[in-house]
Amino acid sequence: MTRTSHTVSFTLNGEKKTFDTRPDEKLLTLLRREGYRGTKYGCGQGTCGACTVLVDGKATYACLLYSMQAEGRKVRTIESAGTFDKPGEFQKELIAAGAVQCGYCIPGMVMSATALMESEKDFSDEIVKEYMDGNLCRCTGYEKIWVALRRVLDRREAATAKRPVAGKKTSSKGAKK
Amino acid sequence: MNRHEKAKNFKQVNHSVTKIDALQLALGKDSYVADFVPNDALIIKMLWSPHAHARIKKIDVSKAEKMPGVKAVLWYGNVPRIVHCTAGQGFPEPSPYDTFMFDRKVRFVGDRVAAVAAETEEQALAALEVIKVEYELLKPVFSIDEAMAPGAPVIHDEPEAHVPIPVHYEPKKNLVAQVGCEAGSFEKGMKDADFTFDETFETPYAQHCPIEPYVSMAQIASSGRIVITTSTQVPFHCRRIVAQTLGIPVQRIRVIKPRIGGGFGCKQEVLLDDVTAMFALRTGRSVLWQFTREETFRTGRTRHPFRVRLRAGVKKDGTISAIGLDCINNTGAYGGHGLTVVSCSGGKTLPLYHCDNIHFDGKSYYTNLPVGGAYRGFGATQAFFAIESVMDQMAEAIGMDPKAFRQMNHIRENEGSPIFAALGEGREGTPMTVGSNALGECIVQGAEAIGWDKRTDWRGKTGRFRRGVGMACLMQGSSIPDIDMGAAAIKINEDGSFNLTVGATDLGTGSDTVLAQIAAEELETTTDKMIVYSSDTDLTPFDVGAYASSTTYLSGEAVRKAAADAKRQILATGAEMLGLPVGEVFCENAAVLSRKDEKKKVSYSDIANYSLYQKNQYQIIGTASHITKKSPPPFAAHYAEIEVDTWTGFIRVLKYVSTIDCGTAVNPTLCEGQTEGGTLNGISYALTEQYLFQNGRMMNASFADYHIYSMRDRPALQTILVPSYEDTGPFGAKSVSEICINGPAPVIGNAIYNATGARVNEFPFTPEKVLAAIQALEKKK
Repeated sequence: MTRTSHTVSFTLNGEKKTFDTRPDEKLLTLLRREGYRGTKYGCGQGTCGACTVLVDGKATYACLLYSMQAEGRKVRTIESAGTFDKPGEFQKELIAAGAVQCGYCIPGMVMSATALMESEKDFSDEIVKEYMDGNLCRCTGYEKIWVALRRVLDRREAATAKRPVAGKKTSSKGAKK
Repeated sequence: MNRHEKAKNFKQVNHSVTKIDALQLALGKDSYVADFVPNDALIIKMLWSPHAHARIKKIDVSKAEKMPGVKAVLWYGNVPRIVHCTAGQGFPEPSPYDTFMFDRKVRFVGDRVAAVAAETEEQALAALEVIKVEYELLKPVFSIDEAMAPGAPVIHDEPEAHVPIPVHYEPKKNLVAQVGCEAGSFEKGMKDADFTFDETFETPYAQHCPIEPYVSMAQIASSGRIVITTSTQVPFHCRRIVAQTLGIPVQRIRVIKPRIGGGFGCKQEVLLDDVTAMFALRTGRSVLWQFTREETFRTGRTRHPFRVRLRAGVKKDGTISAIGLDCINNTGAYGGHGLTVVSCSGGKTLPLYHCDNIHFDGKSYYTNLPVGGAYRGFGATQAFFAIESVMDQMAEAIGMDPKAFRQMNHIRENEGSPIFAALGEGREGTPMTVGSNALGECIVQGAEAIGWDKRTDWRGKTGRFRRGVGMACLMQGSSIPDIDMGAAAIKINEDGSFNLTVGATDLGTGSDTVLAQIAAEELETTTDKMIVYSSDTDLTPFDVGAYASSTTYLSGEAVRKAAADAKRQILATGAEMLGLPVGEVFCENAAVLSRKDEKKKVSYSDIANYSLYQKNQYQIIGTASHITKKSPPPFAAHYAEIEVDTWTGFIRVLKYVSTIDCGTAVNPTLCEGQTEGGTLNGISYALTEQYLFQNGRMMNASFADYHIYSMRDRPALQTILVPSYEDTGPFGAKSVSEICINGPAPVIGNAIYNATGARVNEFPFTPEKVLAAIQALEKKK
């Protein structure tokens, strides 16, 4: 196969990077090849969300995006979300809630939740579901993921104090009534 | 004190300890098979059969072999022809040997034809395109009826096909298995009944849909041995079956199971590893084969579709006088798990209710459709749809509340069932009485949570949207008695930490954590002192793997025994250090203490250092194996409230309540997680999941067209753990993971009836089916 030389440059987790690529290479393949393997392959069809990354702050299926479409953009992967010493807020709550079973969907969930938290001020259930609907999980029934996420969101809402948490219809207890 | 209150005194068990791999997984650290693949690994792609039933007349791979980047091509002409079975079961398997690495015949759309290993995926795909195959099309078999018809095309006409154990197998008739039993007299029971029923149910295909598709990597170690890193539930069976299929000794193979991205049964199959191992041998390179989602749907294993005929008789006083269960499963093109799944459809359901006259007949047939395998619930799921639907019908006939009818008839503690002895997995079962049983309490608590007492008859319901409440009772098993074995080893380190090595396979369930808790409880230390390493055929003891709801109950007891063995050594060394007889010391909080003077103590760390470096040195290491004599059933009662749109047939689940008696919940949060996940999978299966075929080709092989429930779809789920204490399990535990998936189909079916008066004996309960049933009912009026 003839390889024409192509490169793509984008900001990856805050660092400017340039990678060799091909016009038909997907961002997911490039990221995994370059060691950002927290982003997972689940379907290659843009339906399961295991490959979710942030592109200019928007949750994006890396399995559908051609790597060259990332040119000049800001890409963030799960590797930017936390470390062993300092896991992210949602990651901590996921662990505390027992929401990580096989864990394969979790990096994608974390990235979609990050997009939600950075883009929205209103964390009502319908908006949360809109953001999280594209991330499938087959292990948990979403219960504990939901509980973990609501804990983070309720705390943020309380902090901004736009409206009292107590007055809301749903709470961090999720569906358990 | 109730026996289950014993669990309240445990310090590690019965606590929701944090899952030990949760942080690593949440951070996205390298954990799964594909994360460990070197960048220069060859990529494998398979040419799949486009035909449901055909013979390969000619195949020419010579062009493909010369394509850029191609390192090897495999097809039937250049691999050993060794008949085997891909089902990862004990040995010899209770499943037919009807599979070859590659064959001259293809038996379903998605069967193997030829495989390519190339430097890149694109090169491998390009090479597939130039493989020339000429097929002789054979008449396909697309249903159980076609398979069993006289003169039906024979799907397995190869002379090698056989079952390695003496069971009924007639490939010439497409019959994979037949099993049956009778207790009392079914005919007499039906005659004695005041009301009799004869209903037929159909249950659909489904795929497990782990978010990580099937994936396997093989490499050649410097020693020349083959190292297979694979997403498997059965690493030891994988090693054995790959050795068999390649015709090489087990000794040459090491199988490593890293973290697994979900399995639910589909990875209890050796579906890729023979090919990855063969390519590694042929090329000397690292090779990776990862299924696409489409391949996972078409070629991956599925839930066996069933036809269930249920005949039953009930007396006016509520006595169930007869149950006759006839189950036929469609095992697809290969017969793995065909016998055991159909056997469990009786064995794991019929003991639930008292009945003196039971008939069971199970059959399994080949078709030219996707292949059935192990799937959470394992036959019980399919049969419970029929049994629990007819339970409601019987209750209604005698004018009894369905809950009260179940309360009257369900099995109690210390009761047996002739079914336990009659139906095993591939052979007769094991006689057994039920030890722990909190089903009665499950029924009560679940009813309260759903508001059962407010349930009203469908005849009073009007309007477009009608609500209904349904219920079902369930059981499963815990391990396969006298067959399955698990083993563990545990050794101490200088700082009082322990290496716990187990063959048991954590496929995302959290079993590594559960087993660490069990070890820590027995050793009187804390779970965070356990370094768990599981499922590496070179480094850990044997275990059959993660299936049959066995890990907590079976492997857990092996771990407890191994920990007890290590504890004996710790006590002996501690006593020696304290200058006391062993009888005068005990363990507490990671130390050995004098019974007479608790200030006299030595820590586990001191004991480890003493035993490793100072005097009478030796390695404190405990090992144990365990087989079970029983398969204690977990019990559950499920309830749902739904709303039916009678104009469209659309069903909305408003609330779903799953109770579960899993004995001691070793880790209550993980037990809830199992129940929530399995329940939602069951709801999704009951309402939306189905395989759509055109000429045997599955047409909806993506999550866009095969809908599994998302966060938006998720109804309100409530899980209630109801404690009991199973004396034969580790710290009172029995199984938890499978039973929950059996509930939603019958519960929602019964709720549809309670909402509308319409019975739908076939799911998924799509709007079309529900609407047709409602309209049929309207016409009758």
